[in-house]
Amino acid sequence: MKTLVARAFSSRLFWPVAMLVVLVVINVIAFPGFLSITVKDGHLFGSIIDILRNGAPMLIIAIGMTLVIATRGIDLSVGAVCAISGAVACSIILGSSDPGSITTVATAVAVAVVIALVLGLWNGFLVSVIGIQPIIATLVLMTAGRGIAMLITEGQILTVNSPPFKAIGSGFALGVPIAVLIAAVIFAVAALLTRRTALGMLIEAVGINPEASRQAGVRARGLLFAVYTFCALCAAIAGLILTANQTAADANNTGLFIELDAILAVVIGGTSLAGGRYSLVGTLVGALVIQTLVTTVYTVGISPIVTMVFKAAVVTAVCLLQSPATTAAIGRWRRRLAPRVAVEVAS
Amino acid sequence: MSTLAPERAPRSEQPAPRRSASRPALVERVRDVFTSPKSGPVLVTAILFVAVFAVGGVRYPAFLSGQVFLNLFVDNAYLIVLAVGMTFVILTGGIDLSVGAVVALSGMIAASLLQSGWSPGVVIPLILVITSVLGLLVGLMIHVFEVQPFIATLAAMFLARGLCYVISQNSISITEPTFVALAVTRIPLGGGLSITPSVVIVLVVIAVAVWVLHFTRFGRTVYAIGGGEHSGMLMGLPVARTKVIVYVISGFCSGLAGVLFTFYTLSGYPLSAIGTELDAIAAVVIGGTLLTGGFGFVLGSVLGVLVLGIIQTIITFEGTLSSWWTRIFIGGLLLVFIILQKVLTSRRR
Repeated sequence: MKTLVARAFSSRLFWPVAMLVVLVVINVIAFPGFLSITVKDGHLFGSIIDILRNGAPMLIIAIGMTLVIATRGIDLSVGAVCAISGAVACSIILGSSDPGSITTVATAVAVAVVIALVLGLWNGFLVSVIGIQPIIATLVLMTAGRGIAMLITEGQILTVNSPPFKAIGSGFALGVPIAVLIAAVIFAVAALLTRRTALGMLIEAVGINPEASRQAGVRARGLLFAVYTFCALCAAIAGLILTANQTAADANNTGLFIELDAILAVVIGGTSLAGGRYSLVGTLVGALVIQTLVTTVYTVGISPIVTMVFKAAVVTAVCLLQSPATTAAIGRWRRRLAPRVAVEVAS
Repeated sequence: MSTLAPERAPRSEQPAPRRSASRPALVERVRDVFTSPKSGPVLVTAILFVAVFAVGGVRYPAFLSGQVFLNLFVDNAYLIVLAVGMTFVILTGGIDLSVGAVVALSGMIAASLLQSGWSPGVVIPLILVITSVLGLLVGLMIHVFEVQPFIATLAAMFLARGLCYVISQNSISITEPTFVALAVTRIPLGGGLSITPSVVIVLVVIAVAVWVLHFTRFGRTVYAIGGGEHSGMLMGLPVARTKVIVYVISGFCSGLAGVLFTFYTLSGYPLSAIGTELDAIAAVVIGGTLLTGGFGFVLGSVLGVLVLGIIQTIITFEGTLSSWWTRIFIGGLLLVFIILQKVLTSRRR
């Protein structure tokens, strides 16, 4: 039992999961029906479903961000890519003669995704070929991206009336919100591709030491292109979900600050910004922590605009708890209390 | 700037051997100055600024006036102060994302306290203390708990932005006489030119920053940390203290920038100055400070702000271009300067 506790304590997922449990408990106390899920018209309803649905875009971006961060990179441009993909899709749907047809929506989505892939390649090019620090390379697109989205929408908020497009954001399939299904598929694909093949290990190798991994025969350049493109793809899909949810493309506000939330989700999940190792499950937990926190603020009855203060508190708490100084302090404390546990962990 | 850079550059160039003895020393030296990672980007920025100013002067008759130039300082006073603070942080290899939110927070504190009858003589020092303490906390978080600057300042950004909303969700206007006086007073410089009191404050800030960074031990330590934190530590420099202090400086500058911003807008609004941190970072980069730390000048960052300001002015003069072109231009410029820095630094190594 002691070993089990010790192992749980030393797990990277311990603090994020503990945080999530605390948040859920607070919710259950404040709002006893929190955990219940009901079926209405063949659709699932409930607070948890809401959390999953509202958190889906952030989770999708966080998945792409996890892989980017694993290569010791960061992608600040995802919010701008969200805005661009939403703007592209909406302007295509608005420009077509039949906004309600599935073909139009499919074209719009396809074009938006292709443009996002180009933007991802651009980021990958700056980082891997020119060798610019990722935070700055993506800052370029972050700064210019919203301007580009404004050009596409011509400064307007484009409102579309297209049921198939709306379904991406707020529709249901098999009783589950489509946005959640999309997030699940992307999560599964990312997890299978990187954890069932050597890809994940190679990505981590690039994050630990790009030069050494290149000399060991890892094609670092190609991998960097791949992760930035994948991240932009995730951002585009999230942008489409956000836009479809509002049925409007707002170049200024679609995906505003989502890059920060996504990075927070990744960091709370225990992936180090220094690269070299990552945990997709951790990212999932991190995204849930953030979204549950937002929901908690609503259910407990605190004014929702104060959310940011709580976000700051949670981020600070998790970062401080995960920091090397704290880990060392806890380690000392544990060794003093129960020397045997420490020995067992070490062995 | 152009007078400062050539003076200082020769000191850094002793390892560069004279490649051809036949070439005149002047050409050699000019080329060395332009290709050094230290002064090259700054000079390019200076030339760009003059070029843009000249292009504006050719296109629009009223452009080439002293007042247009002075208005760059009047309109961007707060951004210059932010960029100066950011320069310190970036020189150590860090980054401060919280500055925009702290500007908004200081504006909110000023507006709400003045509304409830506090004296400006108390409010302004109080704001500067609060924002410096916030910077201190961020610095300690980064140093003691080894949280990445990006994440620590991000948390500070959320905190500051959230506190703005806690104070008020609506815009609070300022009617306090001293603030209004500071906002509307113009100091005549003769010849129909005038500046605001904010510009004077900005000039003092720049002067102090130049002195601290280039003429004190603390300033040398900042550069040393950017050049290599570990080597700095081995040399016995006070790395820990300096690393924390740069965030205090950035916090103080954000607070001061917030006060200047309030002089400019005469109100506090929780959503103001969103994205200003990006403008400040862009100005610092365009001003020739290397984001990995170790290279850069305070005056370069000032020049960076002026370049951003003049682009804005050109777009205003043009009239037909929409304001979102500003962002695209800034993004493009950033790209050009980053690539330039990359080329210059890789050639030297």
